[in-house]
Amino acid sequence: MTRGMRRVCRIVIAAAAVLTAGFGELRGTGDLGVVVERASGRLQVVDSTARISLGVVEGLGDLSHASVVYSRDARFAYVFGRDGGLTKVDILTGTVVARVVQAGNSIGGAISGDGTLVAVSNYDPGGVKVFDARTLELVKEIPATFGAEGARSKVVGLTDAPGRRFVFSLYDAGEIWIADFSHGDEAAVTRIRDVGRQPYDALITADGRHYVAGLFGEDGLALVDLWHPELGARRILAGYGRGEQPLPVYKMPHLEGWAMTENHAFLPAVGRHEVLVVDRRTWREIGRVPVHGQPVFVMARPDGREVWVNFAHPRNDTIQIIDVESLTIRHTIEPGPAVLHMEFTPRGDEVWVSVRDADRVDVYDTATYRRLATVAVEKPSGIFLTARAHRIGL
Amino acid sequence: MVARAAMTSVGAFVATVLAVASALAAGASVPADRLSPERKASLVHLLRHDCGSCHGMRLLGGLGPPLTAQALEAKPGEMLVATVLYGRPGTPMPPWRGALSETEVRWLIDLLKSGELQ
Ligand code: HEC
Repeated sequence: MTRGMRRVCRIVIAAAAVLTAGFGELRGTGDLGVVVERASGRLQVVDSTARISLGVVEGLGDLSHASVVYSRDARFAYVFGRDGGLTKVDILTGTVVARVVQAGNSIGGAISGDGTLVAVSNYDPGGVKVFDARTLELVKEIPATFGAEGARSKVVGLTDAPGRRFVFSLYDAGEIWIADFSHGDEAAVTRIRDVGRQPYDALITADGRHYVAGLFGEDGLALVDLWHPELGARRILAGYGRGEQPLPVYKMPHLEGWAMTENHAFLPAVGRHEVLVVDRRTWREIGRVPVHGQPVFVMARPDGREVWVNFAHPRNDTIQIIDVESLTIRHTIEPGPAVLHMEFTPRGDEVWVSVRDADRVDVYDTATYRRLATVAVEKPSGIFLTARAHRIGL
Repeated sequence: MVARAAMTSVGAFVATVLAVASALAAGASVPADRLSPERKASLVHLLRHDCGSCHGMRLLGGLGPPLTAQALEAKPGEMLVATVLYGRPGTPMPPWRGALSETEVRWLIDLLKSGELQ
């Protein structure tokens, strides 16, 4: 090898080393994801195979309750900020492709199954705004007006549903709306009234058939069968607290990552140290699992064998793992102060855990419950891996 | 089905607030300057991150209303202290007594009203 050639080789090797540690490498996105740094308005793009961070994306506004959905090619992350910001991020290059500040205060969003529409649910002004997923141009605004005076309700629990539909709940009005974009960009809106007091979040089952809204104002949940929206909402688990005074709720549970196994749904009880277990065919309660604190996220490992639960302040340093056959606690781990979120790798062999007050994201082996790696992240909250791109309601 | 709001009537709630407010006014509490700098820092952390889960990390509002100086300007401090200590039944605002002392809550409300956090 000549000296010249050797030098070229060295440069190429050095460049490759830089690229593998950062953005710009020619690669797939199937094992990538983002972690929200809630206090600094940044995302870290992570590689779940190498268990490392690839880099940081800045300038995303207030991310204190941020959530993320993915384009169907799993290259672009749509980030919904608390301050009404909607940002489209290219996770391969680590750059912001488009950004709009579309409301004063918002809570989350969804992407249509065909990948063309991105919807955002807003607290203030209450309603839903729908954008072109390519350009982030406004396509449609749906104000959440209710009552004789035309008050606007906060909107929660927004999810996509099959057939270019979005489903969401009106916290102040106690209603569930279905916005149908199947005939173009003019939505046909179906209103379901009197679903229960103060729906606070909702989820859709993985098959896109059932929409379930948790109620804060009463013990129970509202269920809509999207194959038969004309039947309205049905109350399930009504009175699960059996009249006992609930404990004060220091953090609202989340329902997006709700645990559905083949036969059961696992639901957080509001204001109680319990996970409720429901039969998915009848939607009747079949059991309860006493747990360490008030559940926040209740998530099935993708193989459905276990359900992982984290808890509200002040008992938020712990995760418990429920065995779905015996409905008992199989294992308890204490990752550290303020465990905010968990995300399984697509087939469930590993789980990523945000430990906010330790400024860490830990990766655990779900077979041994051993910690495999740690990624330094400043005040981490939500973790969103790209496998969500291909799932209804995520 | 049990409606949470029905467990405590509005009348009883108002009575509680009034009783609390007068009790607070009567019992001169420990002065806030007795709080250590460490405790103050952890209270600010709690405010941003735990109160922030409902009121927004920048306190601009979320499920709960904004807690900016401007938003709280016209509201009596005693009422706000009572809200934090005893919560607001029928709404998601939980009671923090037990976790926070009256002195600490008073210090937090003064801090919010001062606008120093914005
Ligand atoms: C689980 C959600 C939640 C948490 C956590 C929470 N709040 Fe609230 N808070 C609310 C809601 C909802 C209201 C409005 C209640 C109503 O409708 O009157 C409220 C009202 C208030 C008010 C009265 C505001 C006004 O304009 O009258 C104050 C002050 C307040 N909260 C302070 C706090 C502080 C301080 C903390 C943390 C120590 C906290 N909150 C944590 C939900 C929450």
